[in-house]
Amino acid sequence: MATGRRMTKLFKSTLFYTGAVALCLPPVFVFVWMILTGLKTGVQNISYPPQFIFSPTLENYRAVFQQYNFFKYLMNSLVVAGLATGVSLLLGLPAAYSIAKYRQGRIGILILVARMTPFVSYLLPWYIIFRYLNLIDTYTALTITHLIITLPMVIWLMISFFESVPAELEDAAKIDGCSGLQSFLIIVLPLVRNGIATSAIISFIFSWNQFLFSLILSGPNTKTVPVAVYNFISYGKIDWAGIGAAATLIVLPVSVFAFFVRKSIVQGLTMGALKD
Amino acid sequence: MKQFLGTISRFIDRRQALVYPAPAIIALFLIVVVPIGYNLYLAFTKWTIGLGDPRFIGVDNFIELFGDERVLNGVKVMVYFSGLSLSIELILGLLIALYFHRQFKGSEIVQAIYIFPFAATPVAVALIWRIMLNPEIGVMNYLLESIGLPGSLWVSSARTVIPALVLVDVWKWTPMITLIVLAGLKSLPHDPYEAARIDGANTLQIFWYITLPLIRPVLIAALMLRSLDNLKEFDIIYTITQGGPGIASETLYLYSYNVGFSFFKAGYGSALMVVVFLIVLVFNVVMNRMRINAQDI
Repeated sequence: MATGRRMTKLFKSTLFYTGAVALCLPPVFVFVWMILTGLKTGVQNISYPPQFIFSPTLENYRAVFQQYNFFKYLMNSLVVAGLATGVSLLLGLPAAYSIAKYRQGRIGILILVARMTPFVSYLLPWYIIFRYLNLIDTYTALTITHLIITLPMVIWLMISFFESVPAELEDAAKIDGCSGLQSFLIIVLPLVRNGIATSAIISFIFSWNQFLFSLILSGPNTKTVPVAVYNFISYGKIDWAGIGAAATLIVLPVSVFAFFVRKSIVQGLTMGALKD
Repeated sequence: MKQFLGTISRFIDRRQALVYPAPAIIALFLIVVVPIGYNLYLAFTKWTIGLGDPRFIGVDNFIELFGDERVLNGVKVMVYFSGLSLSIELILGLLIALYFHRQFKGSEIVQAIYIFPFAATPVAVALIWRIMLNPEIGVMNYLLESIGLPGSLWVSSARTVIPALVLVDVWKWTPMITLIVLAGLKSLPHDPYEAARIDGANTLQIFWYITLPLIRPVLIAALMLRSLDNLKEFDIIYTITQGGPGIASETLYLYSYNVGFSFFKAGYGSALMVVVFLIVLVFNVVMNRMRINAQDI
């Protein structure tokens, strides 16, 4: 009996670790293949059978920065994602606070509409409006469109963080003579700083990854990294080595970020759907 | 001056419920509602971008799309792609969530690695998949052949392009379903499980008669949330095939993009976008009803 139980336990743990390997293999393989592609020469990348062992070169990274001016695009993405995140926090924090405190659930409908509408249908109106305002190919234009994604995300994430702040704290602050605005800024916001950091990171990731808006509304001055790497395949001949290097540069920072917020990232996308 | 600031501060305090959310609501109204309204207006006009002004033509665009073969094709591709990818993602996502629910040594690390594709920039990883799926030089065929299986044409053949794109979509998005279902599993009550164990139910019975009914609302919610993006999948398809070969992977959504931004037919393109929106809306309304019913049981 005892051996039987031990056997089941051994069998179970073997099963678990086989499962672990099976689950890690697909992401790790694609990730490694991306890095390898960036370290191979153009010829090595189109040779068959594919090479797993080769002497790596950093030539592609040099080309990506020097020929394709990738640093500029990285900066563009950084600026747009930073601005979109900053504005989302500025507008979203008080809104989420109010929704949590006064149970203003109806505002959620507006957010749901934003999520359901095909992003393509924002493109034409925005293109026409921005052209009229002379804003095509500006950071302002891209930031505004990225807000469609990041602002609802920040609001939804922050609602639950604000809900966890005990109301007594604010009552005490009021008795001590704090105005409502003071207690929001001095008492409540510092209490939810973890939530703010989480929302900021998630908002940054999704703005950084955004492709469609930038594809149409950016230009030579404001092209973001997803569009820049996509353009590698429209230069006639496809530069696989360059794509590998550029993709690595794009994916690496968001992967590191995602690691820190992996527990909350789902909340930003589920929009509180799991709460009721 | 001080008095003035005091008045403002008091006004904000008294009207907190109005003043705090106002900027966000106004912003969302301007960036979401106004363009949608404009798009809706354009759907009833005929207008080629760069040529004259939009001309109101009533519902002609909506009549035209019934005779458009690429619309029919787009709907078929959409149903095929979304039906296949959503069902695989839902089943796999649930199984993997059950797996992670029984925590074991190192499960945190496995989970962190497993969800990597979810946060990775879609265009970047889709391009890597495009290399990997190349029938002549791609590593996927090499792997297949090295274990004795025949290679595939993947995205280069009209017959296999959708399953190949589904593979990428499943790789990228199953972690999202897993994370949602996992959150749901963690919030399930303990009592039914203890009762079942006392009654001597086995693992499979417990899953089928207790876990599955309890988790059904969460599963449907996960499906709804995933469908919001999946029915409008753009980055992966556009990056890997651009709707090809021919129009074999051109979903209705991709076609609406092409009509608007490759053919510059703004009016007709807008009408197609309205149709995509309605499909997403109807799907989610039906799903939501199912979710509410599942909760009542």
